[in-house]
Amino acid sequence: MTTAISSRDWGHLIQVDRVHGSVYTDEEIFQQELEKIWYRTWVYVGHVSEVPKPNDFVLKSIGPQAVIMTRDRDGQINLLLNRCPHRGNQVCLEHRGNRGSFTCPYHGWTFANNGALRGFPFAAGYEGVDRNTLGLGKVARVGIYQGFVFGSFAEEGPSLEEHLGAACGALDALVQSSPEGEIEITAGFLQHKAKTNWKFIVENETDGYHPQFVHASIFDVASSGIGDLYSADSTAVARDMGDGHTEIDLRPEFRRIGKPMNWFGTTEERLPEYVAKMRAAYGEEKANEIMIDGTPHIMIFPNLFIAEIQLFVIQPISVDESVQHVTALQFKGAPDFNRRLRQQTMGSVGPAGFLLADDSEMYERTQRGVHVRNPEWNYLGRGLARERRDENGHLIGDATDEVTTRGIWSHYRKLMEAE
Amino acid sequence: MSMTSVAAVQTALIDEVSQFLFREARLQDTHEYDEWEALWTADGVYWVPANGDDIDPETQMSMIYDNRSRISLRIKQFHTGKRHTQSPRSRLGRVLSNVEIIETSSDEIRVAANAMVFESNLRADTVWCTRNEYLLRREGGELRMARKKVVLVNNDKALYTLSFLI
Repeated sequence: MTTAISSRDWGHLIQVDRVHGSVYTDEEIFQQELEKIWYRTWVYVGHVSEVPKPNDFVLKSIGPQAVIMTRDRDGQINLLLNRCPHRGNQVCLEHRGNRGSFTCPYHGWTFANNGALRGFPFAAGYEGVDRNTLGLGKVARVGIYQGFVFGSFAEEGPSLEEHLGAACGALDALVQSSPEGEIEITAGFLQHKAKTNWKFIVENETDGYHPQFVHASIFDVASSGIGDLYSADSTAVARDMGDGHTEIDLRPEFRRIGKPMNWFGTTEERLPEYVAKMRAAYGEEKANEIMIDGTPHIMIFPNLFIAEIQLFVIQPISVDESVQHVTALQFKGAPDFNRRLRQQTMGSVGPAGFLLADDSEMYERTQRGVHVRNPEWNYLGRGLARERRDENGHLIGDATDEVTTRGIWSHYRKLMEAE
Repeated sequence: MSMTSVAAVQTALIDEVSQFLFREARLQDTHEYDEWEALWTADGVYWVPANGDDIDPETQMSMIYDNRSRISLRIKQFHTGKRHTQSPRSRLGRVLSNVEIIETSSDEIRVAANAMVFESNLRADTVWCTRNEYLLRREGGELRMARKKVVLVNNDKALYTLSFLI
């Protein structure tokens, strides 16, 4: 683990079936990731429903950088940086609120919620100064897909749709579980910190091999049926969707069973209001398809994880510390369903969750583990010999195969090798 | 009752309540799950809010918002021996103080108290500070917990795993 920063051989560190432990522990690699991934590619920031009204704002992040997501008075979404161009003071200290402008408490400079400098006190001292050059910093590009707001610090690069690629289809499918075709993020976030590198979290999200072991304790005592989805006999599919995006496609299992709302561990009789609204909105046949298929289990690289009923945002803090921000997905026009989504989410995730507290334990143990000198590698070859292509040309494997993890690393390597 | 006997009754109640809360704290520190579960009433609610002191737990995410059956599930999960984040178990020591009786009615007592919890586990040593509110109810002469709300002072920030009984 003594590779020099200027000459990292990514082809050596990241191979087809193994990655070197230093990619999780090397401080210099972390700094390079910030520049080449977090401050360059499209990163998920927030959802439009978190700032529903003009002048609403909410504090978000891109990696370690704080970002203020605002809706200005014209209804446009802005991603502003929390640094006064005068002397660097933080201009926004509230987590959320509604205001048309931000006034820096240090010397009273005031900024519109689109970032423009409105004015400074005692203006006579600034004769000849061009206010247009002294606005708040902004995330260079803002992209919105199905209400999901992404930001890229790069002035130029692939469009958001190009970046999302096959993941667009998953987001399209997700919002269909609302009778009004929209999701809402309104339940507030739990913030779960772990002493681990962010990539251990990303890998775990679509690792179909771990649930039977890491989550055995809850599968033993709560009859959720989740465990069976990740058994060796499962017909579910692990998929490398390209561009670093990966999913566990559980639809083959749900279609085999063929019962609406079974994916949510319930029956249509238990959610009569929701089911009726879905059938009214989409027609009987299409509504049944949606309610049988359920919602995706997809990791959109590098930081948005949709876990059927939850939304996770992964935030790297340092090489060995990360935060998962997590909330229940809420489907517009489905109050009875939403209530159960919140209850189930609260039980499962966050620092005390029946599921995530054990995932987090594994992230932290693996982080400590990869500091051990020998072996230097993590082996990721499960299912390599039975990888195959689906009808869209994506690599797939059995539900417990590591085709997803390999897809993440192959994309990561491309990003890190780029100039 | 004379002034003296009113004061004596009040002191006896504070003693009884304090002893109950100390016992609850000890059962949590020593992971005596079944004995701890037995302290709850049949309609018990165990609540650890996130993002502030007074969020609406019916619409906003909490770290824990367990009804009685979910409290029971939490205990069953510990008993499987496969709750990885608690094997090995956290080593715990807590100090409970500022015990204050807020309100009493015929069979219910509202109590406030603060706790400092020292946790040592595989990750590190962590200090948790909480302001607690309890609703205690007398059932068959014994005090039971009908509601426990645990407000972590830093619940608006990112927190490490909190998988022991707080």
